[in-house]
Amino acid sequence: MRTVGKSVIRKEAWDKVSGTARYTHDFQFTELLYAKMVTSPFGHAKIISIDTSEAKKMPGVRGVLTGEGLPLIGEAIKDRPPLAFGKVRYHGEPVVIVVADTPALAKKAADKVKIQYEQLPVVNSPAQAFQKGAPLVHEQLGKYKKDEDSYPVPGTNIATHLKIRKGDLTNFWKDVEFTVEGRYSFNPSDHVAMETRCSIAEITREGRILITTSSQAPFMAKRLISQYFNEPEGNIEVHTPLVGGAYGGKASVQLEVLAYLSSKAVGGRPVKLWNSREEDMITSPCHIGLDAKIKFGADRNGKIRAAEILFLWDGGAYSDKAIDLTRAGATDCTGPYGIENVWCDSFCMYTNHPYPAPFRGFSHSELSFAIERTMNLLAEKLKMDPLELRRINAIRPGDLTPTQVKLNKSNVGDLPACITKLKELIKWEEGEVVPVNDRIVKVKGISCSWKTSTIDTNAPSGAILTFNRDGTINLMSGVIEIGTGTKTVLAQILAERLKMDVNHIYVRMEVDTQTTPEHWKTVASRGTFMGGKAVLEAADDVIRQLKDIAACVLRAPIEDLEVADSRVFLRDDPEQGVHFKEICYGYTYPNGNAIGGQIIGRGNYILRGLTHLDPENGKGKPGPEWTVTAHGVEVEFDRKDLTYKLLRAVSVIDIGKVLNEKAAKGQVMGAMSMGLAFAGRETFVMDELGRILNPQLRTYRPLRYGEQPEYMVDFIETPQLDAPYGARGVGEHGLLGMPAALANALSKAIGVPIYHLPLTPELLWRTREGLLR
Amino acid sequence: MKTHNLVLRINGEDRQVTVRSADTLLYTLRGRLGLTGSKPGCLNGDCGACTVNVDGWPMKSCLMLAVEAQGKEITTVEGLHDAPIQKAFVEHFAFQCGYCTPGFIMNCHSLVNNHPGADDKKIKEWLESNICRCTGYAEIEAAVKEVLGKKS
Repeated sequence: MRTVGKSVIRKEAWDKVSGTARYTHDFQFTELLYAKMVTSPFGHAKIISIDTSEAKKMPGVRGVLTGEGLPLIGEAIKDRPPLAFGKVRYHGEPVVIVVADTPALAKKAADKVKIQYEQLPVVNSPAQAFQKGAPLVHEQLGKYKKDEDSYPVPGTNIATHLKIRKGDLTNFWKDVEFTVEGRYSFNPSDHVAMETRCSIAEITREGRILITTSSQAPFMAKRLISQYFNEPEGNIEVHTPLVGGAYGGKASVQLEVLAYLSSKAVGGRPVKLWNSREEDMITSPCHIGLDAKIKFGADRNGKIRAAEILFLWDGGAYSDKAIDLTRAGATDCTGPYGIENVWCDSFCMYTNHPYPAPFRGFSHSELSFAIERTMNLLAEKLKMDPLELRRINAIRPGDLTPTQVKLNKSNVGDLPACITKLKELIKWEEGEVVPVNDRIVKVKGISCSWKTSTIDTNAPSGAILTFNRDGTINLMSGVIEIGTGTKTVLAQILAERLKMDVNHIYVRMEVDTQTTPEHWKTVASRGTFMGGKAVLEAADDVIRQLKDIAACVLRAPIEDLEVADSRVFLRDDPEQGVHFKEICYGYTYPNGNAIGGQIIGRGNYILRGLTHLDPENGKGKPGPEWTVTAHGVEVEFDRKDLTYKLLRAVSVIDIGKVLNEKAAKGQVMGAMSMGLAFAGRETFVMDELGRILNPQLRTYRPLRYGEQPEYMVDFIETPQLDAPYGARGVGEHGLLGMPAALANALSKAIGVPIYHLPLTPELLWRTREGLLR
Repeated sequence: MKTHNLVLRINGEDRQVTVRSADTLLYTLRGRLGLTGSKPGCLNGDCGACTVNVDGWPMKSCLMLAVEAQGKEITTVEGLHDAPIQKAFVEHFAFQCGYCTPGFIMNCHSLVNNHPGADDKKIKEWLESNICRCTGYAEIEAAVKEVLGKKS
């Protein structure tokens, strides 16, 4: 391999260290107007009146919008008014938008809007939402338009219900000798991308809707705005420059709609809507919360025979992507274990919380916390080594997943190999608890996880290649550069296939939905796989065209030609050849005659063989492959004040094939850091009115420099045979097992099982004292 | 509305600008002078994405008013040209999305200039004021230490 596997420097590196990299909010021009939202101060309240008269009177105010007359929107169920109408359903929900000449004026005018509320009873957790007689978040649930794959239950707070029924349901617990059970919960939290979301919209006199947005899903924004407002798709052009972190949070379409409506309210003038940090955390979609109940039954050898699983996902006020999150949780509900009998009910519950976007791992880190804690409960009951228990039950080729996909050597990685490597790296033989002195102990915890993608069964990706006259190539792909380096990896894949210098490939960073071929959404660790497949096809298309022209010029049959080092040449006599620059815009003979013409390569990929899930038993193929992982965390724990320091964190991931080593390790370490912060400290602190008390980065604390552990990242390479160079998805996977591994370590440290997150010293104390269950 | 006509010394140039009393240095740099390298992340001094150098020291530009910046030497990320810390960030993959990067770079640049012998404790004391959500900080640590290593 010439380029694949090398730590090729990212194509946008110098722009990012010099301040010339541009993100949505960096685009400004003099005629731009600024929108400011007025948001709900309560979790659940009736809107009695809205008085915008004073705001409208202020000089410099160009428009004021309310929710009246707007259609209901939402991805799976159309349950969401773009601006609250009639009542508010979460703290931070946008109610009014003011558009003015400057951000300061817009803020001033927004402060003059008077809204009168009458508070309603608050649904403050998915478990409460599930109770009979709970207050209803949506009284009109039965009347909403919805997708075929959503199963709302009118008269309840259930937005959808997914069922997994696998194995022998009549003798479900037949071979079981030991059972364990746990109930788990954690609140919603946030992605905290450093770039808060921003959208700019304008409607031209021709009716063209031009949107620039900080998004993982510009193509979806185009489709949804077309669908919601009955606008022709061709009139909508969505641009996405570099995105300043996303982690799933920018896959939801929200500000794009509000910016479009704002522009419409001021006669199509360009309007920018930019989230403050507080708005970005609670007004825009958050990271999902969960209440779960897990029961495992095993035989005396430690083989798990049956699993009964209940997930109550915190779908928040509006279902949007929570429907898909609920489905994803069901599909991989057991974690990476081969279990014959599986019964899972996965419910998406409406609550009066901010509604969730996808979050890196798409329900898998969340379900892994519940599953992997239960694994440790089982290991304790069986008096078995928790790593050994996982090895015995590791899912393998030949096993059926919960949705009854038969695994093979290509579509699943090698979990036993990950476990073996983890055992060595975490120094498992030292023991789980190593006392340092009377007060301090070192404690280790481990976990395993897995993930497939559960995106649309017909999700596409495309690539276009054009040439510069010097023979270098421009690569256009719909994958968004959200920080993962995927655009550079795509250039590596192209360079490898063309056997050329990666420095001679230019990558277009910005995506626009009119001229860039669609990549469904930059989510689900699918950029390299799907974008890579499209690039490979485009590369082959270019090779074919180059050879066609070269065959004429060299007077040789196509099959005698090779392509490498930006040349087409004779295989048996490499000195006889032409450089790309001589043929990429056609070949011109000395007398002026020309043949060929400019070469434009095109490639596309569509996922194959995926199916919808059977509504009765969940049977179906949700994704192309499963990446498997093993994780470990070691902490230094203070038995007196229950504080701890992260010492080491290990992730062993079956990546299929490493394409860019430093970039891959960076993805994994970053995901681990995010997972440890989610596990250890990140949560929305909510009061009884459903208000979020900590929507700021001084009260909601991601990991900071110096708090990180020593990261140990290793890869197993079991190729996925149909993927570019065998590579599996890896963008999310470092995160998946972190919450569980940390919780397993700290359960060991306090000697009492932990069932909740985040693992603050206070929570550890409450757990140890029996004040929590 | 009270406005002020200022001359600010930014990246070695005198820049004339009209600001409101309440305009922060960050807003002025970005909105008035087109220097969008400094990023807004919280407008509250919590994240460090807007960090610039004022008279050689790191300053969160969201916490400083433009009027306070008169008579001071301000350097933004646009004012660095092939600084060792920029090169180290590139080579160590010390960024992913790049949004926190200008702030981190300005903070690190001040650190290596003011404390060329900085130890782990000193590095932490300086860099914990900035948040990077993409990396796990290991790459940033490697980049800073490489530059410090070359200095000492």
